[in-house]
Amino acid sequence: MTANGYLQLGLFLVVLLALVKPLGWYMARVYQGQPVGLDRALGPLERLMYRLFGTRPDEEMNWKSYTVAVLLFNALGLLAVYGLQRLQGALPLNPQGLGAVTPDSSFNTAISFATNTNWQGYGGETTMSYLTQMLALNAQNFLSAATGMAVLVALIRGLSRRSASTIGNFWVDMTRSTLYILLPLALLLALLLVSQGVVQSFSPAHTVPLVQATADADGNQVTEQVLPLGPAASQIAIKQLGTNGGGFFNVNSAHPFENPTPLSNFLELLAILLIPAALCYTFGKMVGDTRQGWAVLAAMTVVFVALLGVVAWAEQAGNPRIAALGVDTVASDLQPGGNMEGKETRFGITNSVLWAAATTAASNGSVNSMHGSYTPLGGFVPMFLMQMGEVIFGGVGSGLYGMLIFAIIAVFIAGLMVGRTPEYLGKKIEAYEMKMASLIILIPCALVLVGTAIAVVSPGGTATIFNTGARGFSEVLYAFTSAGNNNGSAFAGLGANNIFYNIMLGIAMFFSRYWIIIATLAIAGSLASKKLVPAGPGTLPTHTPLFVVLLIGVVLLVGALTFIPALALGPFVEQLQLLQ
Amino acid sequence: MTLQKAQSRPLFEPQIVQRAVLDSFKKLDPRVQVRNPVMFVVFVGAILTTGLWLQALLGQGEAPASFIFAIAVWLWFTVLFANFAEAMAEGRGKAQADTLKKARRDIKAKRLANRDLRLNGDTSTSPISKLQSQITSISSSDLRKGDVVLVEAGDFIPMDGEVLEGVASVDESAITGESAPVIRESGGDRSAVTGGTRVLSDWLVIRITANPGETFLDRMISMVEGAKRQKTPNEIALNILLAGLTIIFLLATVTLLPFSIYSVNAAGQGTPITVTVLVALLVCLIPTTIGGLLSAIGIAGMDRMIQANVIAMSGRAVEAAGDVDVLLLDKTGTITLGNRQATAFIPANGVSEANLADAAQLSSLADETPEGRSIVVLAKEKYNIRERDIHGLGAEFVPFTAQTRMSGVNLNGQQIRKGAAESIDAYVKQQGGTFPTEVRTVVENIARQGGTPLVVADCSKVLGVVQLKDIVKGGMKERFAELRRMGIKTVMITGDNPLTAAAIAAEAGVDDFLAQATPEAKLKLIREYQQGGRLVAMTGDGTNDAPALAQADVAVAMNSGTQAAKEAGNMVDLDSNPTKLIEVVEIGKQLLITRGSLTTFSISNDIAKYFAIIPAAFASTYPQLNQLNVMGLTSPESAIASAVIFNALVIIVLIPLALRGVRYRAVGAAALLQRNLLIYGLGGLIVPFIGIKLIDVLLTLFGLV
Repeated sequence: MTANGYLQLGLFLVVLLALVKPLGWYMARVYQGQPVGLDRALGPLERLMYRLFGTRPDEEMNWKSYTVAVLLFNALGLLAVYGLQRLQGALPLNPQGLGAVTPDSSFNTAISFATNTNWQGYGGETTMSYLTQMLALNAQNFLSAATGMAVLVALIRGLSRRSASTIGNFWVDMTRSTLYILLPLALLLALLLVSQGVVQSFSPAHTVPLVQATADADGNQVTEQVLPLGPAASQIAIKQLGTNGGGFFNVNSAHPFENPTPLSNFLELLAILLIPAALCYTFGKMVGDTRQGWAVLAAMTVVFVALLGVVAWAEQAGNPRIAALGVDTVASDLQPGGNMEGKETRFGITNSVLWAAATTAASNGSVNSMHGSYTPLGGFVPMFLMQMGEVIFGGVGSGLYGMLIFAIIAVFIAGLMVGRTPEYLGKKIEAYEMKMASLIILIPCALVLVGTAIAVVSPGGTATIFNTGARGFSEVLYAFTSAGNNNGSAFAGLGANNIFYNIMLGIAMFFSRYWIIIATLAIAGSLASKKLVPAGPGTLPTHTPLFVVLLIGVVLLVGALTFIPALALGPFVEQLQLLQ
Repeated sequence: MTLQKAQSRPLFEPQIVQRAVLDSFKKLDPRVQVRNPVMFVVFVGAILTTGLWLQALLGQGEAPASFIFAIAVWLWFTVLFANFAEAMAEGRGKAQADTLKKARRDIKAKRLANRDLRLNGDTSTSPISKLQSQITSISSSDLRKGDVVLVEAGDFIPMDGEVLEGVASVDESAITGESAPVIRESGGDRSAVTGGTRVLSDWLVIRITANPGETFLDRMISMVEGAKRQKTPNEIALNILLAGLTIIFLLATVTLLPFSIYSVNAAGQGTPITVTVLVALLVCLIPTTIGGLLSAIGIAGMDRMIQANVIAMSGRAVEAAGDVDVLLLDKTGTITLGNRQATAFIPANGVSEANLADAAQLSSLADETPEGRSIVVLAKEKYNIRERDIHGLGAEFVPFTAQTRMSGVNLNGQQIRKGAAESIDAYVKQQGGTFPTEVRTVVENIARQGGTPLVVADCSKVLGVVQLKDIVKGGMKERFAELRRMGIKTVMITGDNPLTAAAIAAEAGVDDFLAQATPEAKLKLIREYQQGGRLVAMTGDGTNDAPALAQADVAVAMNSGTQAAKEAGNMVDLDSNPTKLIEVVEIGKQLLITRGSLTTFSISNDIAKYFAIIPAAFASTYPQLNQLNVMGLTSPESAIASAVIFNALVIIVLIPLALRGVRYRAVGAAALLQRNLLIYGLGGLIVPFIGIKLIDVLLTLFGLV
């Protein structure tokens, strides 16, 4: 990679890490009910909402009521998204006159957006009316993100409270997450994106004549082009910030109306990791020891940078067989070199691989290049980042609560090795926590592996695999990895908008999200009720580099041990075939 | 005959090994296997591959019969090795149980008809003859709680009980391994007797306190046999994690079959992975090393307690010992030598030190208390004043009474007295003398430094002061420093005043102390610590310790203590050595460390096994994967066999470690983790690469593949 490339990666990381503390501090205050500076403007709105929905903000919930509230709220959201898609033909704000979405696609999309996955089996501009985009999809962009944050905050309360029976009020956590964190940030980002040329309009698509006529695949003359429009900027802002990833247009952030300039690209990239990273600091602040938050963030950052290095190297190295033909694939002032297939020339390799790593590390799933066109090793990185359970930054809220579960497992093994009943932040980790933590690790692994297994041996699954050999297998594995970990990005080459994949992936997304939430909240409830063991020299410190290494080891090992056989038959063998 | 012998028992005693080998086959019973989820998977795998082998013999096998046979055999070995580890750990306990059972034989007991029998006030010279007339002979197994029995010299005590009457020396070696007889008497802290021990002299009247099957000996036997062994909390939690990992690996291998079928179609060559290879891969991946050794580690932990002569009433208590944050230690006997000792003579004005020493020694000649003995010894050491025979001197001994609170001697007109300052003050004044002020200053100084002043006077003249001090046991300071490094706080409990207590606490190097401790104050202190989330351990022997023992998380009762104390505690130290608590904590920690380390080792091993099996399993479909065969294993068959053989052998190799436990070092948690991660984490990553390669080389060398 060029020096310029390294500089861009470095700049991104520096800006991201510099924003962690201020935003993390701000969010901690939001969740602890302290003044944040926006109270005068948003306080009346907040109180109005409580009055409207009959919420008593002082009334806290135990973990079971909290879970019921999460599930109930999400079920309503799910039904609303399904209903709007099915009825959009009869509803306003549909200038293209798009008809109802098919039942299986609606089912898939409803789950996809409620679970913060934003897997898209459909093409946005040709399927969804403006109303559906705004009221169904965009509303879910906010609410699914806020759900993740609420569950995280509940877990943090479980860790920091002593002998308590409650873990907070879900409605308050939802309201405050949305009102004080997501809305202001999304508003700011949307304005910045509009300034860069991202469209924001209710006008129907424009048809414009082409400056240079061209021919389509059948040789027919093409003289005009349809330019899709819509309220895109407002949706893209939250899709990035809320680690949703569902693009307004089919090609997501590779589309010039969704991501026109290098600056818009930088801002959208930053937005992917911003909240997940800052939440680490919020966590540290809320448990009263910011070093704990930095340690978790360090573990995430190390894995992220390492895997980013792999994908950057693989893509810049390109396809060895092309190089073997005597083609110059080295980057120079005149050409980007490496593997440019599926990448936008305005972003180049550096910004494409950075996006690919960020979007799969966080459970965002938006893309600015096509992962399916990556080299086998380059494509392995996004896949593996997801297979680790979406805990390297991960989704807003969900990434950190997943990582904290890994920390609990790391503490358990390490705690035994120092001769004490393991403790994390003064809370004893016992059989109940291990049961729930094991479930949390098991669920996505099972969904990915079993889903892929069913797909590759059933006619419905193999019918739409468009590539042969190991690459075809990778496509299916990627799809289930993405759904089973609530990421939402896709490895092109697999036709997924059909009954088989819509249903199968819908099921994977649904169980992955909600089973994990239930188990996480159960841990939160159990931890909250425990006494706090004061730390001493015999206690394992969980803010040291040693613990960071251990945490990384556990995350990598669990991911690797589970998926090595599958990966061997996909990207690994493909890469080895290339080298032969 | 005794447990003392158990300490020198070698790890692999031929008798125990023999029995363990036999037991490993008995444990193939599915009902036994199903209790351990990890090993049950191996068990099912072994049955499955055996079936596949039979199928192959009949001519329609999925792979060469010899290959399937080799895998099946080694899977059976894996199961047997795990069984063997458990049987070895149990065997050591069983051997000890056999010794104990000999002490539990049926004894003829002499039951007394009158349960409320009391001899109080009976001054007849031979009360025993009166008792003998009431005896009915009964088998010990027919005795019930509340029965009263007579035990005479030479008799075995039939059942656990409490001495009502009499004083006797008792041989308790069958239980404690200690050959010196101990005194048991009614009242006080030495009234508990244990069934199976033998009265050597005199007689005892005992009220039975346990029903058959519930005695101390019974509990001990069931503990060492492991019959009542329940899984401890951390063991349960670890089992859940291991089961979770097993399910993940089960999914990873089972789904490999469809993946493989798809790949064969996609690549257009090769054959799908065989069930034999899948089973081999599964068994290699699931944590069989820790799964196979887990129960052995737990049993061995109990066994180490027994070898330290501590009987834990539950495995839970052993595990809790590792978590202890606060140790409450009685000052007397634990931190200091049992008794105060004379350390200096400080004469009054006009009296020479030698004169004071001489008078002090005279007054103590007939004083058999340890304090008195120490004065005699100090006078001899310092001024070479030989011990004299009090009767030869014609001296009259004045014993200590509660009224005078002094003791002394009348000799040739001298009236030497020694006692506390107030008592001597009163005595001297009564004789017409005065108590010198400089002596009072000395007395106060000594008290302030944690010592006990004893004033010596002759008639009306005060001769000076003898300083008695608590002597802190050697090495205690280092022990406490070590505990501090472990993260354990030490608290000294004493009845002394705060001043004295503070001085001794500083000298011994404990972190804190509780002075003027009453049973209530002790209980309150424990509750306070527990409220703060800490785990408290303590030792105790007296009945008044019972409430605190019951409240403490780890409570070690002294075997010499009362029945109430033993029942309140969750461990009994047969040696009655209060410093044993430190050892108990170490054993508890060792138990957890061994589990954690072997879990880490077991999981790290998987990386190498993948490198062995994955290229081999898909050799026919994707020959390119052979580039991952970094160990350069000879053939796919030998690679898979080597991994399975390594996986089985590692269990055998680690049995000694599981039985002995990973060594615990008193360093901080971070240093300990770093060390164990390096050895078992990194070691676990590297060792199998070497091991599998080595086995592959041997297999190739002997032409077995």
